Parts: sequence; C-alpha cells; structure tokens
Amino acid sequence: MKNRLKVLRAENNYTQEDLAEYIGVSRQTINAIEKGKFDPSLPTAFRISKLFKLSIEDIFQFEEN
Amino acid sequence: MSNLNYLKMKKERRKNLTQLAAWTWSWVATLAIATFGPKFIWDDHILLTVLAVTVNFTNGILMIIANRKFFNNLDELERKIHLESLALTLGLAVVVGLTYSLLDVTDLITFDAEISNLVMFIGLAYGIILTVNTRRYS
Repeated sequence: MKNRLKVLRAENNYTQEDLAEYIGVSRQTINAIEKGKFDPSLPTAFRISKLFKLSIEDIFQFEEN
Repeated sequence: MSNLNYLKMKKERRKNLTQLAAWTWSWVATLAIATFGPKFIWDDHILLTVLAVTVNFTNGILMIIANRKFFNNLDELERKIHLESLALTLGLAVVVGLTYSLLDVTDLITFDAEISNLVMFIGLAYGIILTVNTRRYS
C-alpha cells in the first residue's frame, strides 16, 4: 500500500515523534508506515485521516501485490 | 490521541516492563532456590522443597500474566514483530527440541539431552529473531 504520509507530515511541520504522539503509536511505527514496510490498522488509518482532515483514500492508495 | 494520553501510554509501558523484569528475575531466583535449596540449604526437607517448588510455580504464572500485560500494551507494529518472532521461535523449539530428543534416544549423541539446553536455545533464538525482525521494519 502506498501512502502520502511523509509529504503530509512535512507540509504540516510534524516530526515523526509528533505524529506518533498524536496517533498513539511508536515513532518506529510511523517510520515503517512512511517507508511502506507496514500497513496500519483501520483505527490508526482513521486517526491519521482525522488529524490531516483528509479521507483515508487521499492518504493511502491500495495496490495489488 | 492527546499528548496526555500518549504520555500515559508511555508511562504504562515502562510500568509493565518493570513489572515483567521484576517477575522474571524473581522467577529465576526462586527456580535457583528450588533447585539448589534441597541439597545445599535445607538438607532435603520434603515440606520446604514442596514449598519452594510451589512458590516458583506461582511466580512463573505471575510472570506469564505480566508478559501478557506487557504484550497487550505494545503498539500494532511492535505486536506484529513480537508475534512473528514468537511463531518462528515456537516452530524452532518444537523441531529442534524433538530432533535433540531423538538424537539422545537413538544414541547418536553421547550425553543426555538436557531441557536446560533447549531453554537456552529458545531464549537465544527469540533474541536473534526479534533483533532481525525489528531491523526489517526500521
């Protein structure tokens, strides 16, 4: 799954640590999501979309492996 | 999630980790007492031996509960990393353990297959797999 998390975070001047605090996960989790190594759970995706005031589809793009 | 909740979560994790460490070390200590006590401390007194084994067993159960609490407090990625590591370690423990036992039964090894060797192998395997898995996601 692709995502725009790194771009959105930079646009909003958040560090990975800031984002981790808002979402309630570890900084390593934010880093793994940004690098596409880990797909977040639905509640985490909803928290991210709520924070950036965007829909989940605007942040995450599903692609078949 | 507010900053306050995040700090609360971090504090809770530290508390769970400390509790897990405390129960693990006390379990190791009570295991050592139950193992060496009968011979070196209370001269095979049966009641004291039963008491030492019971205390060690109870301590072990409390250590497992502390581990479960710690595990449930991890975030989703950490839980996935631990779960994958546990699955691999469990598989290795069963396969290596039974092969080790088979080597002993068929006399392919000259010494007895000790359970302590298997426990050390499990600990070592879990540590290595956890480290590799953590690096994979960083």
